[in-house]
Amino acid sequence: MNLRDTAESIALPVLALAGGLLLFGAFIWADGHDPVQAWALLFRGAFGDAFSLQNSLQRAAPLMLTALCVALPARAGLTIIGGEGALVLGGLACAALPLALPLPGGAIGTAMLLAAAAIAGAAWIALAGWLRQWRGVNETISSLLLGYIAIALFKHIVEGALRDPASLNKPSTPPLAEALRIGTIGGTDVHWGLVFGVVACLMAAFWLGVTTHGFATRVVGGNPRAAQLVGLPATRLIVVACALGGAAAGVAGGIEVAAVHTAANASLIVGLGYTGILVSFVARHHPLAIIPVAILFGGFLAAGSLLQRRMGLPDASVQVLMGFCFVVILASEAARGRLRELFVLRKPPAGAVPAAATA
Amino acid sequence: MDSPVFDVLLAVLGGAIRVGTPFLFVSLGECLTEKAGRINLGLEGVLVFSAMAGFAGSYLSGQWWLGVLLAGASGALIALLHGLVCSLPRVNDIAAGIAIMLFGAGLAFYLGKPLIQPQAEQIPSLPIGAWLGADPAGSVAQALNINALFPAGVVIAALMAWGLKNTGWGLKVRMVGDSADAARALGSSVNGVRVAATTAGGAIAGLGGASLSLYFPGSWNEALSSGQGLIAVALVIFARWHPVRCLWAALLFGGAGALGPALQSVGVTGYYYLFNAVPYVLTLAILVWTCSPRQALQGAPSELGVTH
Repeated sequence: MNLRDTAESIALPVLALAGGLLLFGAFIWADGHDPVQAWALLFRGAFGDAFSLQNSLQRAAPLMLTALCVALPARAGLTIIGGEGALVLGGLACAALPLALPLPGGAIGTAMLLAAAAIAGAAWIALAGWLRQWRGVNETISSLLLGYIAIALFKHIVEGALRDPASLNKPSTPPLAEALRIGTIGGTDVHWGLVFGVVACLMAAFWLGVTTHGFATRVVGGNPRAAQLVGLPATRLIVVACALGGAAAGVAGGIEVAAVHTAANASLIVGLGYTGILVSFVARHHPLAIIPVAILFGGFLAAGSLLQRRMGLPDASVQVLMGFCFVVILASEAARGRLRELFVLRKPPAGAVPAAATA
Repeated sequence: MDSPVFDVLLAVLGGAIRVGTPFLFVSLGECLTEKAGRINLGLEGVLVFSAMAGFAGSYLSGQWWLGVLLAGASGALIALLHGLVCSLPRVNDIAAGIAIMLFGAGLAFYLGKPLIQPQAEQIPSLPIGAWLGADPAGSVAQALNINALFPAGVVIAALMAWGLKNTGWGLKVRMVGDSADAARALGSSVNGVRVAATTAGGAIAGLGGASLSLYFPGSWNEALSSGQGLIAVALVIFARWHPVRCLWAALLFGGAGALGPALQSVGVTGYYYLFNAVPYVLTLAILVWTCSPRQALQGAPSELGVTH
């Protein structure tokens, strides 16, 4: 990949995001609100001060992991959008494990919780990948259906067998013991989940970019015919990529339970899996690019309540913004390779931006 | 006649039509779209948005049929956006569908915020049971009170089956769906036909949205549609891309969807969420059963990506 392609790979999504923000502004302007104030609030509410920055980072952590659930299968050629289901089951496994066996407190216990979450998520998404290889079932549809089934299972168990009798208004599992919870980093409000998210993205980038196994996965995803000709075990590689993605989403659910909600309940089902889809598409399924994009969208989610309070916008405003961004991001693919023509004299603006996603 | 089993069966039968009507419209819309060689996963967004628009139309005008018209028109509009985005080079229709799904839902939740409380003029029921002489207050007649849109859906299914087979338009749609190259060689605009089919499909699916918000459940809220638009994609595969078979499939899924509430009404409550998940499990089971990794499905338009 030469420098110009890299510059374009960064400039295109940046321009598309700007286009999404612009359309969002036009939309709320048509609805009688001040777009400039909304844009200002979006960024102030996301990154304006230490409090909102910490809030944004907190929300970015699960998004990084659910985005990996889209990105890793995507690199193996599959469009998986069932991250929400893997997240929910991961959270449930995390909350259920201490009820099934006594865990040691501290880091080992927490690691076991997250391992359970990862296994639950991995199994769920691997199932979608395997169904495609085994029966040719479209993985986009099956993963989403599995997501709905996972949510039904979650509600059935949380409001039934594992319900804490003390949770009256909001059915929950019994809270995790203090010693098993994930704490905050140093003197900040940001929990260690952010570190897990960043490390997972780094590891995914290393796996895809450096290891032979990751390279083989990319060959299967990029050119299935070539993969078949050189005898790559496509089914195994695809199922492994799905399992890794599902594990990431499962860990996201585990972290939300162990660091934020302390028990599995309906607060877990807030669409983090769906936002992760957008994050991965904006990042063009590149694990390193997922980190900044997740922070950006985590910030927008954090700023949503500010839009609601200051401007009286409905709580779905951020969802509308994300919808616009998603449509524009996909449409922008049509301009790939033609960006230079649009900026004949000026260089693509991202030429000046330090290339964060060159690897 | 008072046994709980009979009550459940009757409720499932009535529910097959009540719950199945949105499935019917969405699957017919998806069928038309896919016949032209494109998938519209965004029908989920179309359904939510048109349900909101239909409710708003009926609520503001006081006329249910204006709501239905508005639902169809707004469904067509969202689907048109999908069709146009997909016509751009290098845009994958599955990815675009996911985007439209989120976009339509976000837009509907934003614009529909003031509509959560009020009641709108509902689509009338056709008292088939009473016409057939059943006691109007009895449970049999209740189960046979059907959505006035349902017969319209049956007519659309029959018309679509006939039109695809016998008209020049139908031939064009099928040709574009089966071989874009052949269509191009004969001077058809492949993208033009696909955008038109997607838009018309969106209008039909929009009627399903109206049926959700103006008949059953008959109100607008953010949890109104939970994947009916996606299940429709699977339904069309199950129906082997034939509009009349879409009708049977929609009724089957309606019945599956009515199972949970029917059992709850006779006191089986412990498995409420699991019974509500039956349509999803059924969809998945049918996909596993009907798909094959080795060959394209019988009846599948060959330009379609969904079946590999």
